[in-house]
Amino acid sequence: MKKYVCGVCGYVYDPAKGDSDNGVAKGTDFKDLPADWCCPICGADKSEFSPE
Amino acid sequence: MKDIYSAVKVSDHVYWVGAIDWTIRDFHGYTTPHGSTYNAYLVMADEITLIDTVKAPFMDEMLSRIKSIVDPAQIKYIISNHSEMDHSGCLPQVIDLVKPKKVFASVMGTKTLNELFHDQSEITAVKDGETLSLGNMELTFMETRMIHWPDSMFTYLAKDQLLFSQDAFGMHWATQERFADELPAANLEYEAATYYANIVLPYSPIVLKALDKVLATGWDIKIFAPDHGPIWRKDLGWIIELYKKWASQKPTAKAVVVYATMWHSTEKMARAISEALATAGIKVKLLSMNETHRSEVVYEVLNAGALIVGSPTLNNNILPQMADVMTYLKGLKPANLIGAAFGSYGWSGESVKDLEVWLKEMKVEIAAEAVSVKNVPDSDVLEKCAELGKKIAAELIRKTANS
Ligand SMILES: [Fe+2]
Ligand SMILES: [Fe+2]
Ligand SMILES: [Zn+2]
Repeated sequence: MKKYVCGVCGYVYDPAKGDSDNGVAKGTDFKDLPADWCCPICGADKSEFSPE
Repeated sequence: MKDIYSAVKVSDHVYWVGAIDWTIRDFHGYTTPHGSTYNAYLVMADEITLIDTVKAPFMDEMLSRIKSIVDPAQIKYIISNHSEMDHSGCLPQVIDLVKPKKVFASVMGTKTLNELFHDQSEITAVKDGETLSLGNMELTFMETRMIHWPDSMFTYLAKDQLLFSQDAFGMHWATQERFADELPAANLEYEAATYYANIVLPYSPIVLKALDKVLATGWDIKIFAPDHGPIWRKDLGWIIELYKKWASQKPTAKAVVVYATMWHSTEKMARAISEALATAGIKVKLLSMNETHRSEVVYEVLNAGALIVGSPTLNNNILPQMADVMTYLKGLKPANLIGAAFGSYGWSGESVKDLEVWLKEMKVEIAAEAVSVKNVPDSDVLEKCAELGKKIAAELIRKTANS
């Protein structure tokens, strides 16, 4: 599973860690994040992310 | 001594109680030749509320302005819309002095303020969309993450139709005038654009979202009260349209040629490229990093379609002045640019390849082959430079005709 980086603030989504603040379990692939998930630092949409 | 500073009335219940910094010239790497202001606001509601504070050395000026209206000890609430030290630097001291009932910040703001000042556990987090009653009026909070920091938020006072917009719609311009309509429009546009380019530009996708979010609230806003520069109380559409234009980063038929030079070889190339661009009908800005500040470069790039960069090779590297501006530009993420590289060298010539790496990292589309010359360019080499200029011009004309 690939890490994805936010093009706005530089936050890296790591599937191994998930995003516990927003109810995303460890081991969740970036592609499987809900469509309305956004960057936990800056609030950017999923579309602003690219593979690291 | 009698206090020399006084508050300025902004609307029925709001007073400006900020500070004017006539002398600041460097704002974390952004040069501010005309100083700045740190705006704080007093809301004279049943529960008297202070919106933001000022940079630490200016606390006395702010307190003095507050005292012209009310005893600071009467302040019940303090709102921190943005944690950056130009707005929060004196917050811990003001809390100690005023002993407000409560201090509020966004969820991210409470975290940041604790990391900046430590032991600020009494600061209460407000959520996006939450309201706070001040007795006879109400504040509404809206998260605006990354405009300018993750903690940033707007606060809306419906009673006075006034939006406290912290860094947004601001500018670094020290003036005795408090309102934008008291200042010349051309200067306002220049200062607001320079500020946008140097502070807000990387967050342009978020700016567009934030503007939509504000529109979707249905708030009938009559006043923007930012944390820097003059207050907007007339024709808000003017600054909103400028923000939309800058944030959308549509390419224009303008090229910025940025270079540094050792013995004028790279400079000769830069001038040949610029002349060819201008002859082809492109607006050109030629900026020598031997003389120009990085802040001016990003201001010019803000409304450009092409970025052409030149450097001689110094000790197997680009010149440090070029490394400076490339680092700065990369961080500010100008979008939708095409570009090319050029430069002279004495024996090894790494600079042009290095500049192309910078351009690629900045997602600038390389639209012409680089020109590189050993020592001084002759007329053949300058002809190649002109070709580079023509090629960029043709591509810019094609791109801007389509958009
Ligand atoms: Fe800021
Ligand atoms: Fe600021
Ligand atoms: Zn982000």
